[in-house]
Amino acid sequence: MFSHLRTMWLVFLHLFHKKATIQYPEEKIKLHPRWRGRIVLTRDPDGGERCVGCYLCAAACPVDCIALQATEDENGRRYPEFFRINFSRCIFCGYCEEACPTYAIQLIPDFEMAEYKRQDLVFEKEDLLINSEGKYPGYNFYKVAGMDAGVKSKGAGETEDPAVDVHSLLP
Amino acid sequence: MQHIWIVLGVLFVLLNIAAGLIWVERRLLALWQDRLGPNRAGPLGIFIVLADTLKLFFKEDWVPPFADKWVFIAAPAVVVGTVLMSFVIIPFAPNIVVADLNIGLLFFLAMSSLGVYSIVLGGWASNNKYSLLGALRGASQMIAYEVFMGLSLMGVVMLTGSFNLGNIVAAQKDMWFIVTQPLGFVIFFIAGIAETHRLPFDIPEAESELIAGYHAEYSGMKFGMFFIGEYLGITLISAMTVTIFFGGWLGPSFLPPLAWFALKTFAFIALFVLLRASLPRPRYDQLIEYGWKVLLPLVLANLLITGAIALWIRK
Repeated sequence: MFSHLRTMWLVFLHLFHKKATIQYPEEKIKLHPRWRGRIVLTRDPDGGERCVGCYLCAAACPVDCIALQATEDENGRRYPEFFRINFSRCIFCGYCEEACPTYAIQLIPDFEMAEYKRQDLVFEKEDLLINSEGKYPGYNFYKVAGMDAGVKSKGAGETEDPAVDVHSLLP
Repeated sequence: MQHIWIVLGVLFVLLNIAAGLIWVERRLLALWQDRLGPNRAGPLGIFIVLADTLKLFFKEDWVPPFADKWVFIAAPAVVVGTVLMSFVIIPFAPNIVVADLNIGLLFFLAMSSLGVYSIVLGGWASNNKYSLLGALRGASQMIAYEVFMGLSLMGVVMLTGSFNLGNIVAAQKDMWFIVTQPLGFVIFFIAGIAETHRLPFDIPEAESELIAGYHAEYSGMKFGMFFIGEYLGITLISAMTVTIFFGGWLGPSFLPPLAWFALKTFAFIALFVLLRASLPRPRYDQLIEYGWKVLLPLVLANLLITGAIALWIRK
């Protein structure tokens, strides 16, 4: 009988303990920076889009929710003509972020994307493109790539040797 | 004319308390389990009562085709009827009592005996093995614990010399009976928990092996009646404990007597919820064994000692 009374007293004291409930939406849950939430397309430090339309993210996606079409601008710089993600299919696995060679597509810790109609869950490029460098600041793919796409000339990249003149006779 | 208002008032207050207990129980249980209960629907979550009641009204009130129809419908009515009838003898304040019976205590014990019928009839009418098992266990548990519910109150009756609850409250003017009959109080409270089949004695209903026990086949308002009957039973046992052992409406005069009664009853209702939050459920045979082998000898010993002391004082 004494153990019962002791149990009751200890449970009664729980009235004064801190409660474990997080009162959403006034309080929010703390998410870590690599939490796989909403997908965004980021920009490089000079303000251009990072996405080069290489289709690697669409190929890596296990549920085929990414659709895009690449096109080139007048400088030869590739960019996506349209970029569509169907968030009713997306499983937020992060494979597209791992596949992207230019750090363009990223998953950020945001999950508040509820919609009333299923069609509103298909995000176009204007919904995905953000004016930020996201999780990887300071990286511009065209500064380390070899080609000239209006950002730098051939041979002037960060870790590049100067270009070889293929039309001269000297080795 | 005065009396009809008392009757209607008691009925109104009781049914509201039974509904309000839905909110009280859910919030108190949650607070004791380190979480917040319902606090969004209405101020402090009080509209959860409305939500639950509306939910019960809108559920399909179906009588199974294999069930014994009239008994099936009558069983929930029995439980609510007997519990409500038991409230007529309780003195809420010096002149607020529905029926000042001279055999008030006997009437209460008789009504709780009739309440066993609700479980038996509900389980039998459901025509279902598991409900029947739940009903059998429930009936034997309730009958066993009713024996010492009655006997534990006999100590108080001996000291007062009357079954009338008004006299019992009046006899506590100098000293509450909790002081002279502590064992009687403990045994009566335990028996009361078993009568209303609340945790830790809720074998009839929260059995995971018997699905939902005797009210497995019930839905909609019939289930609501069992539910309300259980909450009314909790209120009844709390009110009886307060009346018999804790002085009823007696208390210092800075609060009206009705307020004292309400405060004390509410404290015991909170104790019922605390029991549900804290104690595990014993096995069925352990429960019945505890009743017959531990509590019955204790209550008889209590009766002997009380009788002996009463005789010696009167000498």
